[in-house]
Amino acid sequence: MTAPVLSIQGLTKAYPGVVANSDVSFDVMEGEVHALLGENGAGKSTLVKMIYGLVKPDHGTMTFQGKPYAPAEPRAARAAGVAMVFQHFSLFDALNVAENVALGMEKPPRLADLAGRIREVSETYGLPLDPFRIVGDLSAGERQRVEIIRCLLQDPRLLIMDEPTSVLTPQEVDILFQTLRKLTAEGVAILYISHKLEEIRALCDTATILRLGKKVATCTPADTTARQLAEMMVGTVLHTPERSGRALGDVALELTEMSVRSPSAFGCSLKRISFAVRKGEVLGLGGVAGNGQDELLGALSGELRSAPEMVRVHGNPVGALGPIERRGIGLLCAPEERLGHAAAPDMSLTENAMLTGSLREGLERRGFLDWGRAKGFAEAIIARFDVRTPGPGNAARSLSGGNLQKFVIGREVMQRPEVLVVNQPTWGVDASAAAAIRQALLDLAAGGTAVVVISQDLDELMEISDRFGALNEGRLSRIRPTSELNIEEIGLMMGGAHDMEVAHV
Amino acid sequence: MLKLERRPQPSKAWVWLAPVVAVIATMIAGGALFAMLGKDPLVAIRTIFWDPLFSEFAFFYRPQLLVKGAPLILIAIGLSLGFRAGIWNIGAEGQYIVGALTGAGVGLAFYPLEGWFVFPLMVMAGALGGWAWAMIPAVLKVKFGTNEILVSLMLVYVAEQLLASMSLGLMKNPEGFGFPGSRNLQQYPSAHNAELIAGSGMHWGVVAAMIAVIFAYIMLTRHILGFHIRLTGEAPRAARFAGVNPGRLVLICLGLAGALAGLAGMFEVSGPAGRVSIDFNVGYGFTAIIVAFLGRLHPLGIALAGLLMALTYIGGEIAQSRLGVPAAAIQMFQGMLLFFLLAVDVMTNYRLRLTRREVA
Repeated sequence: MTAPVLSIQGLTKAYPGVVANSDVSFDVMEGEVHALLGENGAGKSTLVKMIYGLVKPDHGTMTFQGKPYAPAEPRAARAAGVAMVFQHFSLFDALNVAENVALGMEKPPRLADLAGRIREVSETYGLPLDPFRIVGDLSAGERQRVEIIRCLLQDPRLLIMDEPTSVLTPQEVDILFQTLRKLTAEGVAILYISHKLEEIRALCDTATILRLGKKVATCTPADTTARQLAEMMVGTVLHTPERSGRALGDVALELTEMSVRSPSAFGCSLKRISFAVRKGEVLGLGGVAGNGQDELLGALSGELRSAPEMVRVHGNPVGALGPIERRGIGLLCAPEERLGHAAAPDMSLTENAMLTGSLREGLERRGFLDWGRAKGFAEAIIARFDVRTPGPGNAARSLSGGNLQKFVIGREVMQRPEVLVVNQPTWGVDASAAAAIRQALLDLAAGGTAVVVISQDLDELMEISDRFGALNEGRLSRIRPTSELNIEEIGLMMGGAHDMEVAHV
Repeated sequence: MLKLERRPQPSKAWVWLAPVVAVIATMIAGGALFAMLGKDPLVAIRTIFWDPLFSEFAFFYRPQLLVKGAPLILIAIGLSLGFRAGIWNIGAEGQYIVGALTGAGVGLAFYPLEGWFVFPLMVMAGALGGWAWAMIPAVLKVKFGTNEILVSLMLVYVAEQLLASMSLGLMKNPEGFGFPGSRNLQQYPSAHNAELIAGSGMHWGVVAAMIAVIFAYIMLTRHILGFHIRLTGEAPRAARFAGVNPGRLVLICLGLAGALAGLAGMFEVSGPAGRVSIDFNVGYGFTAIIVAFLGRLHPLGIALAGLLMALTYIGGEIAQSRLGVPAAAIQMFQGMLLFFLLAVDVMTNYRLRLTRREVA
């Protein structure tokens, strides 16, 4: 930890109507893990894109290993020794690991040689990976390894990681951290973007905090509490969601041995899933992405059908009903993918309010639509959930991810559901908005709604759910009260090692 | 350096400006084309766009605008509903032919009986015929996942063979001295789709087109079905989440398009054309695709685009006879219109930015 690998001086980047970064300066030292913290829209991704050559700064300079550094494109950045692991993987499901790695290379060597190098790197850094496996069969954690190895093959001096742990189990996170420590011991610097404050406190040597495009602080995360970090990001005092004591009512939603085939070839079919949620209860369902979460949401929303008696709401079989009928009886859902699934990107917020609200909000009469009321409904969501947008006439895709998330969750919450199922309710949402969404879910439960939260954020599930279960390869673990669980046990449940057999006797 | 930059939301101004720019670009490029053919470009453009409306003989051409525009609008309205939902019916020409055959077939079956009910029955038969022809690709798509573009297109050629067979066989005029083609329905008052106001070009097909425009407008803006059609086109997954049944939507959209195309064929065969003949169809079903896109898949836009396209048909005929421009040049002219429109359309979602060349 001596010389700075990357030094940033006064970087500024403005887009029409918004300043993404304003006069940001900091140094990343050799062999350190440097956290970049900030809310959504704080300018983290713009900053990283400038370092990786995807975006050109308006002002300011960068120095990389003592030399002026102004990459015109990612290729130049890679040549200089900067590598990046993106949050969304760019891998082809149908190709194997080595072929995927070769695709990203300028001059790929023969596949056999490349496979040898992949093995070598994966063993050196404790990332076991078979170069000839088909990517479509890999777990999210393994896919991430492919991306990391792809970067390591370039021998980088600076590795940028964008939210790398959002798709990992706690055990996989440990493996990743060991790898990162091994890298830093060799002098590689790591720029680490994450929302998970505890993680940053455990891993990172230094943290730079951005708010509204400006650097607000640089600190040592180990000496700062998670709450202090969060408050620096948000700039205000945070509220922790409150759980009032709730009396549980009758069973509102019940699944009995539900099996549903996934419509996609690389999806995960659901296998004999059973659980019951009572009125006023929050059931948390964890699990690594791609273990049946999307399918479970689809099977509950009515996009995927099952035998009628496999899904019951208040005792009535609904498994064969479509989404509209299910909304009619009060079973509402909010899918994970905001753009294209929960909302139509090019349609206005008013139209998107109509998308699920037409029936329960009385926006439709005998098939004819009342756009005035739909606009009113959209405005009500915007006001109550603090959605930042010029108005309900704006297209859904013009909103930032976090704001759109508030809108699509708010849209369901405001329809007074009997049963609400949400998948990744706070994914990519900043700390204060996430707290608001969680509070809204808890308030609903307090009002007697049965809430099912599917999430990969374990802290979130521990915070709001009464009982916890994990999805693994389309099967559900035994469901246990959250208060009895620690993070170790949860990790084992997510990995499918614990109680799985018991659950299916 | 010019660079395309994605707009945060689609530009409302360009949605309406694009067709205008496309028409102007077509005039310029078309003018160049005519100049290369050795014609005075200004005269050619004036002959096509101005003379049918304002020349000395305009009284003769103006009714033609409605006669030619109505089937285009009727078909394009039906097509636009499917296109909005991402359902690509390319076979309106076939549905148009079959609608004409079933409509005319009912009329001919009643000949020479006079009765008020003959024409309404023909209307129903025409719509039903077009609907049934469109149901073939629709059902195949829903049941077996076939591609509706290929199936509907191939059925056009089947329909053309059917048309030839009918005009040479079953529907041939028994008093026609062996010439191919059916009896002339214009001479059978109960079945004649006559002008409602003499000399205006206004026949029942024009009325149907107007109703279709209004109906489609209300459906798309005010009705849940229209909302679901738009939603399916914009975000199919969100549409399923909202509760749209994609198979049902395919049946509805193709069915409506087929019925409207069938109606257009029926009004044409019982009115302006008068009889079933081998060369009865003149490509309205294909031109309507251009009309639908030129009109931004919007009912009112389609009404205007249909009239514009009718104008190029009429003007094209005048140019052929008066200036000796080949018929193919007119078709190219219409094709150019679609080409330019699709090119200019980029501006709806992107904007041009002048950027300084960056130093690498």
